[in-house]
Amino acid sequence: MTRIVLQSADIGRALTRISHEILESNKGPDGLVLLGIPTRGATLARRIGALLSGIAGAAVPVGSLDVTMHRDDLHRNPTRAPQPTEIPAEGIDGRVVVLVDDVLFSGRSIRAALDALQDLGRPAAVRLAVLVDRGHRELPIRPDFVGKNLPSSREERVNVRLSEVDGGEDEVTIA
Amino acid sequence: MRHLLSTADLGRDQALTILDTAEDMASVSGREVKKLPTLRGRTVVNLFFEDSTRTRISFEVAAKRLSADVINFSAKGSSVSKGESLKDTAQTLQAMGADGVVIRHPASGAPHTLAHAGWIDAGVVNAGDGTHEHPTQALLDAFTIRRRLHGAAGRGRDLDGVSVTIVGDILHSRVARSNVWLLHLLGARVRLVAPATLLPVGIGDWPVEAGYDLDAAVAEGPDVLMMLRVQAERMHDAFFPGEREYSREWGLTDERLARLPATTMVMHPGPMNRGLEISAAAADSPASTVLDQVANGVSVRMSALYHLLAGEE
Repeated sequence: MTRIVLQSADIGRALTRISHEILESNKGPDGLVLLGIPTRGATLARRIGALLSGIAGAAVPVGSLDVTMHRDDLHRNPTRAPQPTEIPAEGIDGRVVVLVDDVLFSGRSIRAALDALQDLGRPAAVRLAVLVDRGHRELPIRPDFVGKNLPSSREERVNVRLSEVDGGEDEVTIA
Repeated sequence: MRHLLSTADLGRDQALTILDTAEDMASVSGREVKKLPTLRGRTVVNLFFEDSTRTRISFEVAAKRLSADVINFSAKGSSVSKGESLKDTAQTLQAMGADGVVIRHPASGAPHTLAHAGWIDAGVVNAGDGTHEHPTQALLDAFTIRRRLHGAAGRGRDLDGVSVTIVGDILHSRVARSNVWLLHLLGARVRLVAPATLLPVGIGDWPVEAGYDLDAAVAEGPDVLMMLRVQAERMHDAFFPGEREYSREWGLTDERLARLPATTMVMHPGPMNRGLEISAAAADSPASTVLDQVANGVSVRMSALYHLLAGEE
């Protein structure tokens, strides 16, 4: 049975709130870099980037960070094609990097992202923003900004649809 | 993908996936930390029964950038010179736990035998076998053409409509064979130009046009002009009267270079015989992609090793 958890308007409100929280905790837009984890994390990072410039009146660099090559389960799955990594021209050294992903589950993608970041430079701090936190962490990783906490069982599947990637309406469902 | 033996085995999507992943690998080569942990704990053996500098080093750099352990094995100074067979060598590597074997061999089909004889479980990459195939060279050539034409926006694109003229010793060239299959697969129009003695029998079945006149091919202004090395070590017959005549009829001379459109890229798989199939000015001109090909070779080989060795057993 599929249940809708967030509708398009809910997702918009959650991203707006996350944007305000990011600005609040960083005391403004200075030194921020948003890096989304492909595919949908990168899309969410671009949306949050647009919201931040609207709120703070200054452009925040947005990029994407592919973690495929750093995953710890590569040998357990068929080979997957990596997605592009695009680091903004400003780089990440000494900046506050906000990682953006759609669903936080085991935490293993974020661990891989932290490793990938290490090869790219030395940020002043790394924060984590996710649209949905569904629990079941397998590593000591905690998000700083959460769109929705969604208690789930391990067997359930959380599905995020975004119009830029999937077409149609934005939607988060659980099945 | 389990082995990479021939570009004729590749599907269009597979080929494009390798090229697209090579784009990501190329961005790693531009970073301060040129290393990915992807193949940590895996062992890649470079098994070279034939001389090579750039291909062996390129594979070695590629494997090391993916954090694999690399063992270099060349026939000279090994037990092969004592008469050890390919089977015994392979079984030795198996016993040592090799995960990937990159093989170059003077006999066409040796990589195929190694992959399918059941001697080893490792993934096999053909790094050139006799006069048969050299698939990673063709992939890096296609990657170089795509990058020159489209830059970073080339991701996901094929070579539809690109005209490629391959000139020289087609008969002995594994580079030409691999390129013909791959470029045709990606939608390019391939034309071969060579002395009649250096065109293989049975070329009628290949998806190419063949001719003997380089001046006519230059006049057409192809997008890509690929000069092949005159392989002196395989020239056991009188295929052409002399080096000067070869250079005059089928070499890219300064004068032919001047007649090429400025947009034509000049490729050469290396090592070059300057003054024979390609003049020094052509080799060093802005149209030349020779050094791009070397740099792109590392990215493409990283991509190939990733797709062969990273996934589940």
